[in-house]
Amino acid sequence: MPGRIIRWIDQRFPLTSFVKHELTGYPTPRNLSFWWNFGFFAGFVLVLQVATGIFLAMHYKADVALSFDSIQHIMRDVNYGWLLRYMHATGASAFFFVIYIHMARTLYFGSYRSPRELLWWTGQGLLLLLMATAFMGYLLPWGQMSFWGATVITNLFRATPFIGDKVVIWLRGDYTVGDATLTRFFALHYLFPFLIIGAVMVHLVALHTVKSSNPSGIDLADKDNIPFHPYFTAKDFYGLGLFLIVYSVFVFFLPDSLIEPANNIPANPMQTPNHIVPEWYFLPFYAILRSVPNMVGGVVAMGLSVMVFAFMPYLDRSRIPGGAHFRPVYRVLFYVFVIDMAVLGYIGYIPPTTQSILIGQIATLIYFILFLLLPFLSKVEERWLMKRGLPPEVEALIESESREKSKLLQRRRQGDVA
Amino acid sequence: MGNETLSDGDRRDFLIQLTAVVGGAGVAATCVPFVASMNPSSDVLAKAETEVDISGITPGAMRTVAWQGKPVFILRRTPEQIKAAAASDGGSDPEPDNKRVKKPEWLVVIGVCTHMGCVPNKEDPGWVCHCHGSQFDDSGRITRGPAPKNLEVPPYRFVSNNKIVIG
Repeated sequence: MPGRIIRWIDQRFPLTSFVKHELTGYPTPRNLSFWWNFGFFAGFVLVLQVATGIFLAMHYKADVALSFDSIQHIMRDVNYGWLLRYMHATGASAFFFVIYIHMARTLYFGSYRSPRELLWWTGQGLLLLLMATAFMGYLLPWGQMSFWGATVITNLFRATPFIGDKVVIWLRGDYTVGDATLTRFFALHYLFPFLIIGAVMVHLVALHTVKSSNPSGIDLADKDNIPFHPYFTAKDFYGLGLFLIVYSVFVFFLPDSLIEPANNIPANPMQTPNHIVPEWYFLPFYAILRSVPNMVGGVVAMGLSVMVFAFMPYLDRSRIPGGAHFRPVYRVLFYVFVIDMAVLGYIGYIPPTTQSILIGQIATLIYFILFLLLPFLSKVEERWLMKRGLPPEVEALIESESREKSKLLQRRRQGDVA
Repeated sequence: MGNETLSDGDRRDFLIQLTAVVGGAGVAATCVPFVASMNPSSDVLAKAETEVDISGITPGAMRTVAWQGKPVFILRRTPEQIKAAAASDGGSDPEPDNKRVKKPEWLVVIGVCTHMGCVPNKEDPGWVCHCHGSQFDDSGRITRGPAPKNLEVPPYRFVSNNKIVIG
């Protein structure tokens, strides 16, 4: 009977072939390490956030007079409301945690390189959507940090040329962050996850077109790929178990460690807390904003610091296959970048002093210099590595790739694009 | 209608372009109410004026009142503060003190940092914004930090000796 039903469906909808091509039989490089688990974790956290979020929305009230109390209502009166809320709040941090590792893996192993540019850019779009969703969700508890975080971030749009002030009032629907702001943020916070789901679909279609990269950086022949199921379903779910242990420790034992104490005070538009900080996942970018003495310059620098990743496929001009593992200079740049991010994060966290501002400015400079140096250093490194001698197979690969590229260019010049 | 007119390619192109333009204009016009609905509503626009009784403020003291949802600082300045404020033109956004007050004793400024919109704290002399470290003097002028402009002076008038109307 089940066989007959599936046959009936298959005549009308490509169910079996879709599952076989895109899920169970999807060819996956056999050498993927655990760093390749984090995309799956991100998908899992997305589902978790949507699920907990929808159930929280059944009890939350988006109104300046009610929202703070409705959070208390969820925490004290709603059955398992405390669990749903802590899962959702911790889930936001977990989302950024896995996304940042997912991005760091892409940077380390050079997964952004041709032909995976579009895959990387759809990921960049997802990062922006995630940041917007997290930012709007943070206003909803209507605590002091919620209010002042939203005030500062909406104020960034004052940097818009000519109509800056009008844009800020339009975004807020009021002269200050108020009831209109809270209601629209709730509406959009509910909408954006579904945009994210759509963008994830595009991300996955791109992934399944170019297939996963792998630690070697060399596209493996078909004989070195293995079916996704059972090999990587097993690996992903094993990793998920480990991830859930860490997640549960935070949800059940340290739920307040990721919530600023000041956010337990209801929003007061007349009084800014002495020390306002964004959530940890925005700290490095916030530090860059603070480091630039000019307001418009700071906003531009912060925007650029997030968007600069999109340029990576063009900034990295090396033809050496593989990521940092096979490229000593790039490896140094990668680790300097990670340390610089940590420094910026710390500077963003502490209150500004003359000394911390200076350190922040130096770290900001290093941040951008790393990206600016990459086109030159990657070429210098390539020449050095080739002079030192690469394995003959790798040399042959680079040669055949450049031959194909020049052939393609020639064909394009002759107007024969197909 | 002749056969030549029916198969006239230019005519067809023109009609397609015309349809696209009219359709595009229709879509743009439909966007207007959606975008406009996000601007402040009538009840928000209505809370425009605030009347404040300033008789209880002692020299050197400050009161914060709400106007259009924003904090407004009313500082009753001492002769020393007036002298210090008049002695300089401020920092990166120079402006003489007498242009910023109606009566030298009373300074009325919007308590919103012109950088990112935080409320500065009164820390003599002047104010300090703890968000990004901007400092303002007792005339509300920027003296140090990332804020591009002085604290804004709202429109206000004295209706009697100890009553002002902001707005």
